[in-house]
Amino acid sequence: MEKIKVKICCGTSCFVMGAAQIQVLEFDPPADIKDKIEIEESRCMNYCHNTAAKYNRGPFVEVNGELIEEANFEKVVNKIREILDGTKD
Amino acid sequence: MLTPKNNANQMRTRILVKIVEKFLNNRFEDADRIPLELRPKGEPFNRCCIYKDRAILKYRCMASMGFAPEDEKDELTSLKEYGQTALKRKTHADNKLSVITDACSACVKSRYMVTDACRGCFAQPCQVNCPKQAISIIDGRSHIDETKCIACGRCQEVCPYHAVIRVPIPCEEACPVGAISKDEFGKEHIDAKKCIFCGKCLHSCPFGAVVEMSQIVDVLKLLNDSDKKVVAMLAPAVIGQFPGTVNQLIGALKKIGFSDVVEVAVGADITTQNEAAEFVEKMANGEKLMTTSCCPAYYKAAEIHIPEIKPFVSHTEPPMYYTAELLKKEQPDCVAVFVGPCLAKRIEAERNPNVDYVLTFEEVGAMLVAGGVQVMDCEPEEFAKISCAQGRRFPISGGVAGAVASLVEGKADYKPVAINGLNKANIKLLQQYATKGCDYNMIEVMTCEGGCVAGPGCIALAKKAAIMVENYVKTGADLKEKQ
Repeated sequence: MEKIKVKICCGTSCFVMGAAQIQVLEFDPPADIKDKIEIEESRCMNYCHNTAAKYNRGPFVEVNGELIEEANFEKVVNKIREILDGTKD
Repeated sequence: MLTPKNNANQMRTRILVKIVEKFLNNRFEDADRIPLELRPKGEPFNRCCIYKDRAILKYRCMASMGFAPEDEKDELTSLKEYGQTALKRKTHADNKLSVITDACSACVKSRYMVTDACRGCFAQPCQVNCPKQAISIIDGRSHIDETKCIACGRCQEVCPYHAVIRVPIPCEEACPVGAISKDEFGKEHIDAKKCIFCGKCLHSCPFGAVVEMSQIVDVLKLLNDSDKKVVAMLAPAVIGQFPGTVNQLIGALKKIGFSDVVEVAVGADITTQNEAAEFVEKMANGEKLMTTSCCPAYYKAAEIHIPEIKPFVSHTEPPMYYTAELLKKEQPDCVAVFVGPCLAKRIEAERNPNVDYVLTFEEVGAMLVAGGVQVMDCEPEEFAKISCAQGRRFPISGGVAGAVASLVEGKADYKPVAINGLNKANIKLLQQYATKGCDYNMIEVMTCEGGCVAGPGCIALAKKAAIMVENYVKTGADLKEKQ
């Protein structure tokens, strides 16, 4: 099965607002998703410039191209699990 | 420690960004919008209602401007007024950690609790084994009398159903020195005379009720004053705390108004040399033990809580001291701002006239975010003074002892041990080492588990930061060859 692509924005704004902490996925991912994800640390994806609320909606993470705003570890893991559950059927 | 930041920590960063934003926009003219902007109508709230969320946010904003919740004289004083007062003051606010009483949930005092899993069994091992007769059977279930319970935990150990649980008070549990305790209403208070500024309570409170007085407004004011030369002294733990390279960070910091950027790892090299020389001399004089002195929270703890170990604490000054001394010699008129992972550095700076302000990485990060600076896009610049591998490894547990070892080699018998994280158990251990002796003669103490890379003011994940620091160490020259 193709791995789920997790793209963590590591522009300064996202990094400071919490993206740095989401990198825990690289070191200590939950066992059920461990082998099924591929992490990419991205340069600024420019979402912070495009949204009206500016950096207040960050950090931004893309999971298989789907955008998560105000991302944190739980939100990202839940999204990954949702995609995995969907592919089981 | 691999726990990602939680909502309470993340909110602190957002508040700091807002504070910088409001300063840059209009010098706090509309600062009172911050709680509304962070908790807009129609979006989910965490406490009982959106209005309480906002009220607590106001207190957290106050702390970010340097005002403690207990400084409030009139509840109607606006954030704009606090901001303007902060802009007028000549010195930063008193360093302290405080509890926002209305945010403190007054966690239950009873440490042991019987849950629904209790079956009211015939054997009743909990009651039989309780040394204080605190357990009685009420309505077919065990009940702990709080007034008699001494929290020994026997009932929990013996219950065959695991029906007894221990409910900790997170802040009291985290505080290594018993500086935080309840008042008659169950609300927590920090005793300033006992506090060592480790910041563990701040990180552990699930309600985000603990705040610390920031100096961010004071530094912002100076950065935007063209007459002032403000120099950032970057702690060795800076590696990995921001995107891009440390050389790009120099460029980024100059964009937000710093006139120069120096590396504290250079001072750490001097600490290494002096501490190694001190160790060799002390051992030659027949002393049995020496401990490091560069962790300011440990230094304070030794001073007020572990008198047994105090005579063994090294007299060598910490890296910030030597860095600031060099800086003020070269640029006597500059404003020296230490930027690091540490809250306790604020109290260390109080006894050092060469250090004017102390900021955390998180606070500087907020400045970069609100200032719209992309570190990765900044031009890399070189430090005027380059640090060695030894000084660069200071922020990792074992780094200081290792650095000193490299210079002591062959001159004295060196038996090091690292106390990785100051907690209640390790304080007892230090007391034992001092009074009963031990198999070591050099004790490195770091209050944060993992070292400074796991400090309360960090942005990056401790584990990742540690890897980046190790890589930076590899590119540094050996201090031995430089001597």
